[in-house]
Amino acid sequence: MGEKILVKGNEAFGEAAIRAGCRYYFGYPITPQNELTEYMSRRLPGVGGAFLQAESEVSVVNMLYGASCMGVRVMTSTSSPGFSLMQEGISYMAGAELPAVFINVVRGGPGLGDIQPSQGDYLQATKGGGHGDYRLIVLGPSTIQEAIELVMLAFNLADKYRTPVEVLADGMIGQMMEPVEFPEIRSLDTLPEKSWALTGAKGRKPNKITSFDLDPYNLEKMNLRYQATREKVIANEQRWEEMNVKGADILVAAYGTVGRIMRTVIELAKEKSMKVGLFRPITLWPFPYKRLEELSKEVDTVLTVELSGGQMLEDVKLAVKDNAKTPFYGRMGGVVLTPEEILEQIEKLVKERGGV
Amino acid sequence: MNAKVVMKRPESLSKMDFTYCPGCHHGIVHRLIAEVIDKLGIREKTIMVAPVGCAVFAYDFFDVDGTVASHGRAPAVATGMKRARPDRIIFTYQGDGDLAAIGTTEIVHAANRGENITVVFINNAVYGMTGGQMAPTTLIGQRTTTTVHGRDSKTAGYPMRVCEMLSQLEGPTYIERVAVDTPQHVMKTKKAINKAFENQINGLGFSLVEVLSACPTNWGLPPGEAIRWLQENMIEFYPLGVYKDKAKERMKLIAHSS
Repeated sequence: MGEKILVKGNEAFGEAAIRAGCRYYFGYPITPQNELTEYMSRRLPGVGGAFLQAESEVSVVNMLYGASCMGVRVMTSTSSPGFSLMQEGISYMAGAELPAVFINVVRGGPGLGDIQPSQGDYLQATKGGGHGDYRLIVLGPSTIQEAIELVMLAFNLADKYRTPVEVLADGMIGQMMEPVEFPEIRSLDTLPEKSWALTGAKGRKPNKITSFDLDPYNLEKMNLRYQATREKVIANEQRWEEMNVKGADILVAAYGTVGRIMRTVIELAKEKSMKVGLFRPITLWPFPYKRLEELSKEVDTVLTVELSGGQMLEDVKLAVKDNAKTPFYGRMGGVVLTPEEILEQIEKLVKERGGV
Repeated sequence: MNAKVVMKRPESLSKMDFTYCPGCHHGIVHRLIAEVIDKLGIREKTIMVAPVGCAVFAYDFFDVDGTVASHGRAPAVATGMKRARPDRIIFTYQGDGDLAAIGTTEIVHAANRGENITVVFINNAVYGMTGGQMAPTTLIGQRTTTTVHGRDSKTAGYPMRVCEMLSQLEGPTYIERVAVDTPQHVMKTKKAINKAFENQINGLGFSLVEVLSACPTNWGLPPGEAIRWLQENMIEFYPLGVYKDKAKERMKLIAHSS
């Protein structure tokens, strides 16, 4: 780790990727993530990599497919509508077990929506997104420092499990500036070997990469392999942060930008003698169901707060079951919640249960 | 026994049986590509990108590293490969639905970037694998399962001439249309494919060879008649020949700059 420098979220994503050993970036302009595409165009040629501005997000994801076949670390970044366009290719990559990192700087939707921060793409990110039976590993940073760490983790998980990984950010994380520290740049010699890559059939049988098999029994075998990987990821990779949970009057479940806003809410609540606990999933898939279930037994209300109409709420309900009430509060379409309005909701709920 | 082997399976073809119908030209073109790869000695550094369509299994038919792209996206996949490993030889093999309908964007932009890849484009004027529907290259009046009274330009537009269209761009280095209907044309096709690979080896940029091919099954014709139909109708609308060749010019540029 070096000294602290002030950087914009979008640029931090790019620098973190390079330090993780990524030398290939394919992208298409879309707001609010353009600084990242621009950063990679400036930075990659100087480190022996390649940048290409593609003709569409459809082409981008297929370029990632191609580069990943060659065994290199590769990534793209986009925002909601662009990520929708990539879904076909992501499904192919999941089927072909090709690692890559996708950074989605989510904006308001549906449709053309707007360019403000939103969490409206949680379900698309965590429940599949494209056709077929697959999940992406989805990481949700709440600060720029954490984004740096999660981008580096994303590349490691992608290679370890041979899967596309999505970093689900939003316009707030992408656009704001924070002082951060970057880890040392990783030497490419230390990256994992990929014996499956299409490097040319020299002294070995040809390697084939495909998501295709017309025989249903063989295709089922492939699917069972994906499922086995999925089980391993669920068992090994759940990550979350909990704050102030012991003896809390109420537990709030929130991720990403809202998780960050919740830190302020916790402080404001202290002034009103309320103890607000925070459960912040970092892996949105695999969702840390078990830990949230345990915590929900200690409170009678788990409030979910999101910049959406209630998407992570579905996972919270699956975790909490009947252990506690699961109310929801959110704003949509790019409106960012204020700490005060969240606090107001919390006060109401705490009063309903008989005060502090 | 004085038997002498005069012809054998090229090393770059795998031992797998082709899945193509009798009279289909894919097999001829596969063999020509494999012969060229053998001759150029590039089998161990060649990567194939197969399409979605009848040639979807092509990545298994060649004894080289390979993958299959989603429908139409092979030029984008090949671009990603070539940018990541410029020292490898990348080729795509695409049909007319794949390249000229759903993948129009990808082929136009790969060509326009002058991407240093080789594209073999099979034009048989019909969707084969899905059972004989209209392709972007289906001729006016040609019957398909989605144009049972023949393609009508009023509702279905016109057949697309890919070589003519792409040769208008500055990016491509070499574009030629060939056919494999006669032994002479087969030799010419091999020469064209050879050149398209050589260009890539020499770093000259984008090369595309369009091969007019017969689809007896979906044309509803016996193989012999299918060849005649191709000669009388397809070659008429899709003239054979070199549409663009900047290889020499670009070779000079490279020599000059190095």
